[in-house]
Formats: sequence, C-alpha cells, structure tokens
Amino acid sequence: MNYKNNIALSVRNLKTFFYTNNRCNKAVNGVSFDVEKGKTLCIVGESGCGKSVTASTIMQLLPTLSRIEEGEIIFHKDDHKINIEKLEKNGRAMRAIRGSDIAMIFQDPMTALNPVYTVGFQISENLKYHTNLNKKQIREKCISLLNDMGIPLPEQRIDEYPHSYSGGMRQRAMIAMAMACNPKILIADEPTTALDVTIQAQIFELMEKLKKENDTAIILITHDMGVVAELADNVAVMYMGNIVEAGTANDVLRRPTHPYTKALLESVPVLGRGKNQKINPIKGSTPDPYNRPIGCQFAPRCNWQTESCDIMPEIKQINNTHQIRCHKYEQFFEKYNEKRNS
Amino acid sequence: MKKEILKLRDIKVHFPVKAGVFNRVVGHVLAVDGVDLDIYRGEVLGLAGESGCGKTTLGKAILRLVEPTDGKVKYISNDEEETELTSLKKTEMDEFRKKLQIVFQDPHSSLNPSFTIFGSLQDPLKKFGIKSKEQRRKIIGDLLEAVNMRREYMDLYPHEFSGGQRQRIGIVRALCLEPELIVCDEAVSALDVSIQAQVLQLLMQLKKEKNLTYLFITHDLSVTEYLCDRIAVMYLGRIVELCDSEDLYGNTLHPYSEALISAIPVADLDKQTKRIVLEGDVPSPVNPPKGCPFHPRCPKAKDICKIETPKLKKYSTNGNEHFASCHLVDLPEVS
Repeated sequence: MNYKNNIALSVRNLKTFFYTNNRCNKAVNGVSFDVEKGKTLCIVGESGCGKSVTASTIMQLLPTLSRIEEGEIIFHKDDHKINIEKLEKNGRAMRAIRGSDIAMIFQDPMTALNPVYTVGFQISENLKYHTNLNKKQIREKCISLLNDMGIPLPEQRIDEYPHSYSGGMRQRAMIAMAMACNPKILIADEPTTALDVTIQAQIFELMEKLKKENDTAIILITHDMGVVAELADNVAVMYMGNIVEAGTANDVLRRPTHPYTKALLESVPVLGRGKNQKINPIKGSTPDPYNRPIGCQFAPRCNWQTESCDIMPEIKQINNTHQIRCHKYEQFFEKYNEKRNS
Repeated sequence: MKKEILKLRDIKVHFPVKAGVFNRVVGHVLAVDGVDLDIYRGEVLGLAGESGCGKTTLGKAILRLVEPTDGKVKYISNDEEETELTSLKKTEMDEFRKKLQIVFQDPHSSLNPSFTIFGSLQDPLKKFGIKSKEQRRKIIGDLLEAVNMRREYMDLYPHEFSGGQRQRIGIVRALCLEPELIVCDEAVSALDVSIQAQVLQLLMQLKKEKNLTYLFITHDLSVTEYLCDRIAVMYLGRIVELCDSEDLYGNTLHPYSEALISAIPVADLDKQTKRIVLEGDVPSPVNPPKGCPFHPRCPKAKDICKIETPKLKKYSTNGNEHFASCHLVDLPEVS
C-alpha cells in the first residue's frame, strides 16, 4: 500500500453486519476509501445504502446488535497509525480519540442536543475531558467558539438551553461542539438535511472556512448531488453497502461511469435547466437488505444488465483517482473518450 | 383564454398565542397575512418558501382544513359559476371537497395503519354515493393501476409498502373522487431522489390524462422549476414574488427569491454560481419586522424598506405578468 503523508484516515475492506431475528443485514459490505487532510470526501447514496453506518463504524458508535466483521480503519495520528477497529468500544483509547481527534456532527440538531443542559455546558464537556484548561479558560474558549460560528451575543447565548435556539443555530452549536478540540477529522452526517436552503448555505460557508483554516479532513454524508457538486473534493457513491464509484468530484460528476451514478444524476431536476429538461427515474426500488440480489447489487434496476452481473464485480481503477465496480465500465468510459476526441 | 378555478382574496390565517393562568391571548402568529392569488385551470402553480413561511397553512386554508381568519376563497366551476367557499356551511362544503383534494407530505403518517388500503380509500366513495362494493373495488383498482401499482395491493396494510408506494396511495386517495384541483403539500420531499423522480413523472402524466390543476407546495426550487408553470415565493406569510417559472429564474425581481435561488446547490459543475448568504434566521411571525418583512436580512435594504411595507405590484418581463413586492424594483409598473 502506498503510504501518503497527507492521508488522515484510511478505511480498508470494512464490513459491518447487523444481526436481528436470526437474520444478517450486511449493511456495509467491503468499503475502502481514504480521506485526505484539508479535503472533503462526500459519501452519497439513497437511504439505507449504509452511508450513516459507515460513519458510526468509524466513530465506534454502533448499536449492540451489530459488529465490525472484517477490515481496517486506520487513523493516521501525526506519524503513527492507530487501528480504530481494534480498540475497545468504550475503552480509554477510543474515548481519547472520540471528540478530540475525530468528531461528528449528527443529522438532526433537534434531537442530538440534550434539552436539560445549557448549550455552553454541552460544548465545554468536550474541552473538560480532552484539554487541561481551567474553568475560566473553558468558558472563554466556548464563547469564542460560538462567536466563530456566527452566533450573535455568545456571552448570553452560552447559558441558554437548546430550545431557545433556532434550527440553524442548534446546528452551529453542534459544529462548535465538534470543532472544540480542533479535530483532525470531522464526520458530518447529513448536517443540513433538516435545515432550510438559506440556513444550509450559511452552514456550508462555515464548513468551508473551517476546512481552510484548520486543515481538517471532512467526511460529508449526503443524499443530495447538488451538495456534492458544491463542496466535494472527492466523491464516493454508495449503493447497498458497497462503494460503486469513487473519484474526484470532477471524475464522478463530469464522467459518471457507473450506471447507478448516471441514473442518480439524471433523476434530479437541475436548477437552471428549465422546464424542458428530461428526468429519468430509476426503475423499481432499493431491494430488501435481507433479500439481496446475488452479484452486482444494482443489476435488477440496471438498464445494461447482462448474465455476467450475477457475479459481484471487482473494483477497477480507470485512472489514478477514479475507480468503479462494474463489469461493463470500459464500454461506458470509451464513450467519454470518443466524445473528447471528436 | 385562461380561466380561473380559484380566486383567493386577502386570505389571513392568524393563530392565537395563549399564555398565563387564564390562557389569555397575548398575541397572534400571523401564519398567512393577506394573500391574493388566482389559480388558473390546468396550470401547475408552485408555492415555494422556507419552513414557517405559511405555505402549508395557505394550502390548508384553501380547502378549509384550517379556517381562514379573514378573506375569501372563491371557486369558479367549469361553467363560470362562482361560489364563495369561505361562507359555506360545513355540509354545503362537502360538495366542493370532491373537487378540491390534497396529497399530504408524510406518506408514513397519513395512512391509517389499522385499515387495509381499500378500507382507507373506500370511505369517500361511500359518502359520495357509490353503494356497491364491487364498483368501489373497481374504481380503486383502476386507479392503483393508473399509478403503476398492482390491483391486489388494495388488500394490504400500509406497513407493507415502501415510502414511494405509500405516496402513490396518497395520490390515489386524492384522485378517487375525480377532483379538479389537487394541493400537493411537499408531496415528494420525504422521498429518496430516485423515487422522487418516479412520483414527479406520475404527477405530470396524471395531470395530462385527467386535466388536473395542481397547487404544488414545496421548499425545493429545482423541483418547481421542472414542474410548474407559475411560481409564487412566500416569505413570512406574504407572497413576495409571483411569475412564470422561467422568469423567476431568468429575471428575478425580489432580493429574497434571488438569495433563495442562489442558495440551492446545483448538481452541475459547470453551473456553479456565487452563493448569496443571508444573515440570521427567519424572524418570528408573531411580531414580524416593521416595513418590508425581509429588510433585516436583505443585502440591498434601504431606508424606505424599514418604514413602508411594499405592496405586491405588477410588472412585465418578457411580456409576461410578473408580480413582486419590493421597493427597489426599477421597472415601470403595469396596470
């Protein structure tokens, strides 16, 4: 494996399975990716494709009925590597990483904050455990964090409870909490899905700023291709527990090669294309996770399905950055080359 | 010639805010605060805005699911007979419920889990005089097939369906009385993108087949652009801009619509625009700001915006009617 210095986290062949009622749901089934420092990796997919499970696996926040079956999660801390999957779930080592080196923003700011503690208390918890600051310094740090997040009157707001914050402000408080210890990696699980577009724009602006100033690696989980186009440096498209296509934003959005990525891009109306744009829905719906198709997971909904799709395709590299899991990718990719040459 | 199906005149919906031991009314939430709107037969009118701007309340007020505090809703039938819905008695209203239907936002909570689909859907048919069960089953079966589902699905329970299928059942429910106007209240927001496209195409196809009119309530402006003929943008209970969908994206007049459009992430690397980031949050509708309700967040606000509330005025862009309520529009007003 070629080891690069600017990589913050690498995940190799990760498998997370859920066991319920004597059945096994292979929620994440062999996922590999790298996150670089100061870059944003967007994981896109529909609901149920395993993107949130991947995030909680990295944080070791999985529920009791699930476990990491196989694979490696390597966190590159300064010069040495830490294998997160080998750490005890709630052990000392994991707790030291969680919240300080790797932090997470959850989807729903309405439920992720504890209603019976003040916002200031919840932010300072992180600082209390991970830094040597005294009470006064912690309070000052909290105020400056809230100020950085653009919350008006932070000296007063710090002693207020979450219910007196609006949705956008709660999400900012969540980000303040996550950024409290200057994490190396920030995992944002659909941070703006519950928010309005104007507030979403504010949050994105903030995340871009943090990325530039602190060189934080961001894993952004989303279902919105628009968000990907705006924020991503690298993209991984997930479907039913696998990454089907990965590459730089340029690779994936300009030359989508996997049929699923293509279909996903064609199924959303794009602003500015007017009323006559064509949208093509993907036929059928996502399969039952307990009753999966054999071989390529997308085959039953794919327009180019052939017999060879009964075998799960291997990951193939198209170029240095662009990789894909499809038997027929060469055919699709040739089209782009033809277009470019003509 | 465009014919109206609904005329809304100065609709207001105010909810009382109660506080204290005696539950005294201490204020009002001005959810909808004076909306004038004409809906034409056969069009798709989009109603866009952020959460809390009153778009759902307006949709419900039209059907009198929420009683409007003030104002008139007039229904104009095919032979140009006008009826004022807001002054009708409850029993008299039933006749018009047939013609005006709604598809709700959340397909998971809008179907009764203890009834089969047929059980849920047959009630309105019973009420409106279809006595034989055979006939009711035939109507519902036909409609299920029209939305690309199997006839036999009517004997299943809601939990056996996926989100997209449930939303289609919601559409069947709205369609079974052969309505003329359907209010789609965020009908596709809760669905995954691939399913969303299926439902959008279905809605368009049904519109053509059955000659429907839609009032399409949504917060997603890229969906409205694709679907709607005209779009109304709401902010704090008022319409701030109303025009043809192409003009809203090409010749935006109101700074709020401009900011709203620029904030939408576009899934096209060649079409990235500069985001206009609005500061702060939407003010509380209990005591909206004086003057133009948008002025505290408006990047272009001038002194006049703080004092005078702008009226919805008529302009003309590309030869089309274009309404906007802003002091700073420098186009000549059209009468």
